[in-house]
Amino acid sequence: MALESAGRKLLPLLLTVEHGLKKPVWGCQMCGQCVLHSTGMVCPMTCPKTLRNGPCGGVREDGHCEVKPEMQCVWVKAYERKDKLHLPQIWKDHYNELRPPVDMRLKGTSSWINLITKRDAWLPAGWRARKESQK
Amino acid sequence: MSALRERLQNSKDLVFTVEFPVIDGGGMAAVEKNVARLSPWFVAANSTDNTAAHAHASNLSVAIAMKNFGLEPILQIVCRDKNRIAIQADMAGANLHGIENIALLTGDDVTAGDEPEARRVFDLDGPQAVNVASILNSGTYLSGRKLQPAPNFFISAVENPFTHPFDYRVQRAIKKHEAGAQMLQLQIGYHPDRLENFARGVHALAPDLALLPSVVLVKSSKPLNFMNDKVPGIDVPADVIARVASAEDQSEAAYQLALEQCKHALTLPGVRGIHVTDFRHDDTLERLMTDLGRTPHNL
Ligand code: SF4
Repeated sequence: MALESAGRKLLPLLLTVEHGLKKPVWGCQMCGQCVLHSTGMVCPMTCPKTLRNGPCGGVREDGHCEVKPEMQCVWVKAYERKDKLHLPQIWKDHYNELRPPVDMRLKGTSSWINLITKRDAWLPAGWRARKESQK
Repeated sequence: MSALRERLQNSKDLVFTVEFPVIDGGGMAAVEKNVARLSPWFVAANSTDNTAAHAHASNLSVAIAMKNFGLEPILQIVCRDKNRIAIQADMAGANLHGIENIALLTGDDVTAGDEPEARRVFDLDGPQAVNVASILNSGTYLSGRKLQPAPNFFISAVENPFTHPFDYRVQRAIKKHEAGAQMLQLQIGYHPDRLENFARGVHALAPDLALLPSVVLVKSSKPLNFMNDKVPGIDVPADVIARVASAEDQSEAAYQLALEQCKHALTLPGVRGIHVTDFRHDDTLERLMTDLGRTPHNL
């Protein structure tokens, strides 16, 4: 709780800092539940279909996007980068994990705060139950 | 139990599925006619969900009609047009009507269709939608609210072995399998080597996952060119197009190409059958099935 209220006070500042840093570097869309670390530091929200679990079947023969032919497919780029960048092995291992649907309520909030407060770990009850039953 | 599941899980027989034609005209009579034509040869048919981002009679409505006329549907649900609430409503509706086979797809973009100005949804993606179907199978919606009786969905998905990143496609197939998919219909493709690598890779990791490569029946090189130029994710090599284009009888050459694709695919590990899409609308479908050693009604 203490963390949460500290977070709330810091919120405007952190939001500005987070967006100011992540927007120019990774094209951050402020989904509020950042997965950059597990996707080779490529933001999946810059995929026109906002896919969180890998590339669609429409990737072109040149590796470019179905929707925006001038752009390399975000997921092709992520796949190449995850091996090239010196990222911790555990982040690389997370590349193919099943990411849950985006919580639209978090759009425009700070993923850093949501990480600290564990707000970004919230899952719909049905999703959580299945995840636990698979462990 | 769905006949499709029964065939895949309790027998070693080959399984042939087919893309049910979209319904824009002809009413129920058109559905009935197509069922009469396809049901002697196919254990189940895909009831598509606004295929290629064009609006058509809805996935569930056609699936119910097919079922009533005696052909088992595979209800396709695509993530492009519906949010998670509407997707679950499709699933609950299928359950209500006793439809067990469902196929979850990310789907092509709105820009592929005739209303490219539409809003794209993609509230879920393909693997997430597969997982949601598994959640419904356990007797609750995504939110945890009860759904009874719990569905007994035979869940399938689609994967494209023919495009980048090639070695990741195997992992993505496994991801869908772990989310609950027991069958994958594969994207149309003209690179047998890519198909082979994919099938071997998937089969080594998930021997129970049934693969159904797709084969499309066309009459000339024109549709091959069209797919190559206009359908992202499908690459038709120049020599394949030339083989059909330069033939004296293009129709026959296109048929022989499809037959070869089927025969090759059926030799691959994990491949349990073929998914057929027919753009010819003549008697070639029957010819193909006969040449593959099938007899009508002996599914
Ligand atoms: S091709 Fe890649 S970037 Fe484009 S919509 Fe598909 S997954 Fe997203």
